[in-house]
Formats: sequence, C-alpha cells, structure tokens
Amino acid sequence: MASFTIDDAGPRARSVQPRRRRPGAKLKRRNTLIGWSFILPNFIGFALLTLVPVLALFYISFTNWNVFGTAKWLGLANFRRLVHDASFRTALWNTVYYSVVHIPLTLVISLALAMLLNRKLRGVAFFRTAAFFPYITSVVAITTVWNLLFSPKYGPINDVLRFVGIANPPGWTTSATWAMPAVIIVGTWREMGYYMILFLAGLQTVPRELYEAARMDGANAWKRFRHVTIPCLRPTTFFVTVMLTIGSFKVFDIILLMTNGGPGQATLVLSQFIYNTGFVNYQFGYASAASIALFVICIAVTIVQFVVNKRRAA
Amino acid sequence: MTLVNGAPDTRTLTAAAARDRRADRLTPARQAARVLGYLVLIVAAAAVLLPFFWMLSASVRGSNDVFTIPVKWLPPTWKWDNYVQVWSQTAMVTWWKNTLLLSVVVTFLQVLTGSFAAYGFARMRFPGRDVLFLVYIGTIAVPWQSYMIPQFILFSKLHVSNTLWSIILLQAFGAFGVFLMKQYFESVPEELSEAARIDGLSEYGIYRRIMLPLSTPAIASLTLLTFVNTWNDYLGPLIYLRSPNLWTIQLGLQTFINNLYNQNYALLFAGLTLSVLPVAVIFMLGQRYFVEGIATSGLKG
Repeated sequence: MASFTIDDAGPRARSVQPRRRRPGAKLKRRNTLIGWSFILPNFIGFALLTLVPVLALFYISFTNWNVFGTAKWLGLANFRRLVHDASFRTALWNTVYYSVVHIPLTLVISLALAMLLNRKLRGVAFFRTAAFFPYITSVVAITTVWNLLFSPKYGPINDVLRFVGIANPPGWTTSATWAMPAVIIVGTWREMGYYMILFLAGLQTVPRELYEAARMDGANAWKRFRHVTIPCLRPTTFFVTVMLTIGSFKVFDIILLMTNGGPGQATLVLSQFIYNTGFVNYQFGYASAASIALFVICIAVTIVQFVVNKRRAA
Repeated sequence: MTLVNGAPDTRTLTAAAARDRRADRLTPARQAARVLGYLVLIVAAAAVLLPFFWMLSASVRGSNDVFTIPVKWLPPTWKWDNYVQVWSQTAMVTWWKNTLLLSVVVTFLQVLTGSFAAYGFARMRFPGRDVLFLVYIGTIAVPWQSYMIPQFILFSKLHVSNTLWSIILLQAFGAFGVFLMKQYFESVPEELSEAARIDGLSEYGIYRRIMLPLSTPAIASLTLLTFVNTWNDYLGPLIYLRSPNLWTIQLGLQTFINNLYNQNYALLFAGLTLSVLPVAVIFMLGQRYFVEGIATSGLKG
C-alpha cells in the first residue's frame, strides 16, 4: 500500500499523520471508509437506477405485470410464449441480420479510414473532425435527413442512382427488402467515425520500429499490415468488436425513427419488440421476458469474446 | 513524409537510390497510393458531409424547392424566413430551455460524482473495490434497452416519471464517466499524491487540489461528451416526458415531424438545423477533447 511506504519516507510524515505510523486494522478501516465515501455519491445513483432495475427485471419477467402494477406469478409462461411468438422470432432474426452485416462492415470501414488517416496526408485533421460529426449529431436530425434522402420517388439518392443508369432503384425504407440495408447504411455511416478514432488511437501505439524491422526483412505492405498492424492492434480490435456487438444487438433509435420496425416487420429488432410490448401494449411482464433475451445475448456474446481474446493473447 | 519533402527526391532519383528502398522515397507506386489515398478521403468526406450539406441547403428553400428532379444541391431561392417561422410556429423556446437545463444539470452531476468515484477506484485501496469496479464495467455490456421496463416501473413508483427529474436521474450516474476519469487519474504520477500526502493533504484535498486541476483535459472530454449526449437523447425523453411543456428539443422536433401535414419540409430542415447548431458549435470549439475522450476510454479494453 502506498501509504505505508510514505510513512517510512521521513520523520515529517509521522509528525503530520501520526495515525498512519503502524499499518493496522484501524488504518485499513479508515481507508475503506474514505474509499467508500468517494464512490458512494455515484454508487447510490448507479445502484438505484441501474442495478435495482436489472435485478427487478428477473422477477418481473416471471409475472404478468401490467400498467396497473398488479402482478401474478406466472413461472415460465412468458418465456414459453416468447419461444412460440412469431414476432419475437422475426425480431431476433432481424437483430442478427443487422448485426452480422453491420459489425464487419463498420469494423472494416473504420479500420481502413484509420489506416488512411494515420498517414501524413493533407486534410487529415479536417476529415477526422468531419467523420466524427455524425456520431455526435442527434439521431432525430440524421434519421429525418436520411429518410428524405432515401425517399424513393423524389429523394436525391435514387435520383443519383437513376442518373448513373439504374432504372429501378430500390424503395429503401418503403420496401421490405431494402429497409434493413438502408438502416444498416445509416448505422454504419453514423458510427464509423467513432470507431475510426478508437482505431487511430490504437494505431498510434504501434511502435514504428516494428514497421522498420519488417521492411528490412522485405515484408511488403500487405505483410506489414497482416503481421505487424493486426497483432499490435489486437486490444483495440477486441474493444471495438465488443462495443460494436453490444451496440448492434441493442440497435433501436435509428430504427424507431427511420422505419418504426416496418414496413410490416421488416426491421423489427429486439429493442423495438421490447418497446412495443412494454410501452405500446403495456405488457410489462412479457416485455421483461424479451428483455431477458436481449440481456442474456449481450452478456453471453461479450463473455465469449473475452474468452476468445484471452486465449489468443496467451 | 509529406509531399513537399518527398517531391525533390523523385526528380533526382538515381539507380542506386532506387535500390535503397527507404520509407520516405516517392516511387511511382507510392505516388499512386498517395493519389488513391486522397481520392478515398475525398469520397469518404463527401459521404459523411453531404447529408448535412443537404439539410442546410434545404433549410433555406421554398416549400416546393426541397425535392426537385434532378436534385439541386444549392437552393434556387434563398428563404431565410424559414428560421423565423419555425421558431415562432413551434414551442422551440420551451424545448431549448428544457434541453439546456437538463444538459447542464446532468453534465454537472456526472462530472462531479464520476470523477469523485473515479478517485476512489483509481487511488484508494479497500476490500471490495475491484469487485465493485467490475460491476461498473459489467454494466457497459448491459444495454439500457434491456432494463428500461423495470426502470420505468421504478421511476413511476418514485413519482419522477413525467418530470424533468427522470432524465436527470437517468443520465447523471452512468458508468462511463467513472471509467473515463479513472483511466485518466491512473496516468497521473502517484508521486504527486504522495508528496501531497506528506505535506498533510487529506485524500479529499488531493482529489480537489491535485487530481482535478491535472485532469482538465479529461474533465473537458467528459463534460462535452455528456452534454452532447444529453442534448441528443431521444429515447429517454420519449419514454418519460409526456407533457408537452417538458419536451426536449429532440422530442419536440420529432412530434413536429410526425404532425407535418402541410409537407413543408423546408421548415422542418430549419428546425433540425437549429437543433444541431449548438452541438456543432460545441464540437468545433472542443473537437480535440471529444477525440481524446473517446480515444482514452478505448485505449485499455
């Protein structure tokens, strides 16, 4: 402990804080008290507003809690209903669809942009700022703008597509097939700048000597990327993947604002299903059971990623 | 190496120098790569900025000029009046006031409690500390969407739903601030605190007089990120703020969009621009801190 070494440092320490002379139970208790006093203001809020709801979730999911607050214990009934619920299955499938496309796409684009910006090109500083801007702009603004950009008949995107010779451009958010790609495009567009900055920070930690050494050994650009950049970036890539995965599974606001889950159920994702069940139909118990699914998926995927990462690190 | 330094080299390139493949030299292949790099950069910048440009451009058009075939990227006629109209036709003043109040209070609480707790985690040693921190970190993997239902029930029981308090409580005690500040505190040399301890400063004194002044960049990052985050939040207000006089700018604008019967999209874009404006200004002024804040929080996964 830091304080013990200080006590031996000089006579002055002893005269100022005589209580610290001997490392004892009293000091330990004092340290614990001070430590907790630092954490407590935040922890009270955190515990009450995050931990309690998370724990309550498990109880509520076993009940038929509704808007009047009356609840009957149902056992596993909610979960049984969930398994046979076609909407839930659609939501699960759509969430996986979104994630499976969005995660690699964003990963590759943000890494590529970071590699590009890590070189000394002119305009890099400007672009770094620009690329980050979508991430900090309100979703209401960007989804509205994109929705109108995507508008099938009069939107600029289809206008440009027709101009380059595509006679029947997609209906985007009005088409069951193209609504999800449209949402994925906006999601990737919005987040790539954020992950690019994480990658840039990671790239800056790669020692330059490694590149020099690889070059001496005759490694070409691809080999340097494969055998120097990728291994050195592993901690960053891991963090980005974890954040990206959780972010994809919980995707909600852009979908709620762009398509509201539609057309039909084409973009209905887990979060939207929970929202509809809870805040539109007021079936809090059933919505909580669906929440458990989302909760378990996120935790499980994160744990798997941690384990894989550890194994690779070893 | 920059183009300026490299360019003369290519002109005086001798056979011997060509064989000596140094990093800084501009071979034709390197030059091609550089041109390609610029091209990609320009395309990417256009892709990122065009939607914003279109929003700005559409916000000063007449209501019939927003959608034109073919697309006009610049307004045919400039109609600045849209901004006056959207300001007077909507409750923009109330929305701004609510949003500003929430953002300021939430940011203040988050920075204060977050940095305070971060000091406990970074510099104090006591039993249970690491477990507790693990719980904090763990909740980053738990999406808010998965516990918004029980949280809503709790807030209703506490009678804070449909008050501004709900958003304050919702946003002010996040784990992110603790995490960010802890990362930064740990980079401050321990010797400084030790010296202060020898001089008789209490732990609270060290936090206030040593750590906080030394952590200005991290505090700036956290302040800006939290402020912008609260300003932009849509889901929280959507669930909790029912009365129109409590609406934030995001919620208000979305309702305005949903009720846009006369299809005057130009007006809508003017409203959106007004909601993005403060964030844009803050971002321009403090973009360094945004970038640094994001980068530090991600450095150690």
